[in-house]
Amino acid sequence: MLTEWRVRSIMRAMLPVLVALTLVELGSGLVLGSFQAKLLTYPTLLALVPVTIGTAGNLGSILAARLSTAFHLGTLSFALEDDMLVGNVVATLAHALTLFPLVGVGAWLLTGLTVGTTLHVTTVVLVALTSGVALAAFAAVITIVVTYVAYRFRLDPDDVAIPVVTNLCDVLGVVVLFVVVQFLV
Amino acid sequence: MTIRDVAVRAYREALPTLSASAVGGLFAGVVLGGMKAELRAVPGLLVLVPALLATRGNVFGSLGARLASALHQGMIEPSFVPLDDRVPAVILASLADGILVSLFAATVAYAILPVLGFDVAPLATLVSIAFLAAVFSGLALTVAVVAVVFVGYRRGYNPDALVGPLVTTIGDVFGIAFLLLAVRIVLALGGG
Repeated sequence: MLTEWRVRSIMRAMLPVLVALTLVELGSGLVLGSFQAKLLTYPTLLALVPVTIGTAGNLGSILAARLSTAFHLGTLSFALEDDMLVGNVVATLAHALTLFPLVGVGAWLLTGLTVGTTLHVTTVVLVALTSGVALAAFAAVITIVVTYVAYRFRLDPDDVAIPVVTNLCDVLGVVVLFVVVQFLV
Repeated sequence: MTIRDVAVRAYREALPTLSASAVGGLFAGVVLGGMKAELRAVPGLLVLVPALLATRGNVFGSLGARLASALHQGMIEPSFVPLDDRVPAVILASLADGILVSLFAATVAYAILPVLGFDVAPLATLVSIAFLAAVFSGLALTVAVVAVVFVGYRRGYNPDALVGPLVTTIGDVFGIAFLLLAVRIVLALGGG
């Protein structure tokens, strides 16, 4: 562990990153705010927002946690032929291809049962799958770059990689979702 | 291990938690869809949602990752009765960071929204909502994260595969639910 385990030193290690990420998230919030009318018109899309960005963030954070632990245990190299690295990226993309079609069906079904939906199920599935696969690819690239940068600057990847990856996925998630919606809805 | 072995193992290990997390995210989305009245009553609230939710995920995801790495390294034991002050220190720091950052997000949103031409609720309303939501969800998430990581580790699961998705899911569901509670309390007390 590269950081001391005291209240003040942990707070000091995390606060600057948290403050910077909050500003990034407010940017993502402003994107949401500017589409508030459209989101309230299509509640299915509003229901897709947390699950799409959450799942993309999860894929990134699992990858980041695995790479961080491999880094702490000394079993990670950042070479393209590193089996640990490539195998985990392949698993990330496979997860996205499995989960996002189901996420689309789930969002369509739950919205239909509660507030009602006006979109066709294939449209919702297509929106979820396209956004999800794009986000998984972004998440993998971001995770590897961030873990590598943390390692080069002698920062603890546990403090840095997971928050940065999750938040970038949140912002990208909102942006990607709306770009995809422009084309498909 | 070959690439295939690593990929198959990583895929199988994380799929159940990712699925659970997706179900949680869907429920958070449905609750968000049902918050129309509150979102209209407190202009600027929707803009705060990603920042407040992400702060839960960040602070408590980092808490979980830190505990997981420390367990792997034998620095701490998975005991619910503190053996030294390491685990309490990291919990206290996480709660304090979560509250400070939520207050910061509310203040910044209040300052920039009018500049960009958006409507915004009074500062006291946004700050009170952010504070209450941070306290409620912080306490709930601390209990959930420590329980999941310690119990998971004791039962032989790799806590790394549990931490990310479980924390972000619980973070989203608790985050939205406690945000709704905080908004209703503040509106009932006359804010808005």
